[in-house]
Amino acid sequence: MSGRSRTGLAALAPLLWLGVFFLFPFFLVAKLSLSDTALAMPPYAPRVDWSAGIEGVRAFFAALDFETYARLTSDSLYVASYLSSLKFAAVATGLLLIIGYPIAYGMSRFPPSQRLALLMAVILPFWTSFLIRVYAWIALLKPQGLLNAALAQVGLGPLNILNTDTAVYIGLVYAYLPFMVLPLYAVLEKQDQSQLEAAADLGCTPSQAFWRVTFPLSLPGVGAGALLCFIPMVGEFVIPDLLGGSGTLMLGKTIWTEFFANRDWPAASAVAIVLLATLVIPIVLYQRQQQKMIEAGQ
Amino acid sequence: MKGPSTFNRVSVAAGLAFLYLPIVLLVIYSFNASRLVTVWGGFSTKWYAALLRDDQLLDALGVTLRVGLISATLATVLGTLAAVALVRSRRGRLLFSGMIYAPLVMPEVILGLSLLLLFVAFGLPRGFWTVTVSHATVTLCYATVVVQARLVSFDGALEEAARDLGCTPVQAFFAVTLPNIAPAVAAAWMLAFTLSLDDLVIASFTSGPGATTLPIRIYSAVRLGVSPEINAISTLLIGLVATGVIAVYLLNMRRRTAAP
Repeated sequence: MSGRSRTGLAALAPLLWLGVFFLFPFFLVAKLSLSDTALAMPPYAPRVDWSAGIEGVRAFFAALDFETYARLTSDSLYVASYLSSLKFAAVATGLLLIIGYPIAYGMSRFPPSQRLALLMAVILPFWTSFLIRVYAWIALLKPQGLLNAALAQVGLGPLNILNTDTAVYIGLVYAYLPFMVLPLYAVLEKQDQSQLEAAADLGCTPSQAFWRVTFPLSLPGVGAGALLCFIPMVGEFVIPDLLGGSGTLMLGKTIWTEFFANRDWPAASAVAIVLLATLVIPIVLYQRQQQKMIEAGQ
Repeated sequence: MKGPSTFNRVSVAAGLAFLYLPIVLLVIYSFNASRLVTVWGGFSTKWYAALLRDDQLLDALGVTLRVGLISATLATVLGTLAAVALVRSRRGRLLFSGMIYAPLVMPEVILGLSLLLLFVAFGLPRGFWTVTVSHATVTLCYATVVVQARLVSFDGALEEAARDLGCTPVQAFFAVTLPNIAPAVAAAWMLAFTLSLDDLVIASFTSGPGATTLPIRIYSAVRLGVSPEINAISTLLIGLVATGVIAVYLLNMRRRTAAP
């Protein structure tokens, strides 16, 4: 059984690494969310006084409280940005499904030789910088931008889209489209065409066959795509920051502002914990689905 | 099998147009002689020349490339080990795969904040190494998934044959398994490198003075508005990444067609 123990050895390095740099920091975030802000560097209290020994540790734990959370729930701005984040992510996920499904479906109907190139074409933007792709929309959407210049040519406009919620939706759909198309395509491509023929033989019209056969069979892809987009979108920062307006409330922006502008580290941590608690179930669902999909790929 | 219908063709074409139009416009306007976004002032490469004189930007580019090279290499080694462990071993899988998959979808602000608090707790000054370690942590998960996808379809019997012929497990891995999964390992490295190259949020939390990465520099310029210089540097980055991705793709294609 030395082979198994060697495999265990291989796991040790990444396991330790993730334990130290991924898992352990969450305890620090949780701890900090129970601390108070302080005018110090780092700007929070209490800190463990190791010189006082066990008394210092006890004093440290005694000073932790849920005050920051109480502050979050009593401030309507936090509650509003929590609800608005969920709304942005949910609506954008719906839009992505509506827009992404026909694209993925269309791709899967091409002959296999062309599919790979199409797949590549969808993946390529995903590799190019997120920041740059969001930035590209500023030039399009700003008041004296390319969209309004084009609209003026045909005697329409101008539209004020930049710094509105509409711009945030455009940015979310644009940036996450490959994440929706790829899992959908993965299931649609594998579908057995003879099932559709069977449905036709049994008297289904093409649209009936789609809704009764193709769509139900593609649900795992719908689920994977929706989770893959929804989870990170709830905490999105770059898109609401660059394309949204001052009234656009999203948790990612809230954490950023609390941390960098207000230097309120406990508040930033508490918001992060709330966000994490909200996303734990979707993340677990996503993980289980991915594991299943990879193992089915044998 | 029937080919794509007109509706299929239109959906795919519209989808690709939507994905590429903003990028193509950005590239075109990086060659615009005029500073204004909507006025075409003729073809010019002066914004590219201006980049070469921008020391801050070049510094940031240097930092970003070094962070990317080191973190991608770390991530690929750790990710390959993690993939082997995930595919071969059943014990402790739930926790392990949880730690691999969660960072893939976890909002970046949470990852950035938690890593920063770790460095603060240990009194480590923020700078080059803290960004590099942070990037390695996040990108190692992507590297794992890429290598794992390839490993599950790799026939374990080949490695067993090598063991029967007298290889130690480590020899068998390097002589048989690694050459077989090499395209996936290369792809994993590329992905880790580009993710590090692109990252703004995690770098903003974990970098310090003297370790300003290119996305941080671009972000602070973008906040002031659209400019031809940003278009030019963006075009160069897009070109770099696209060349790399297409090279890996062609490499994989050649291997696939060469295989019996």
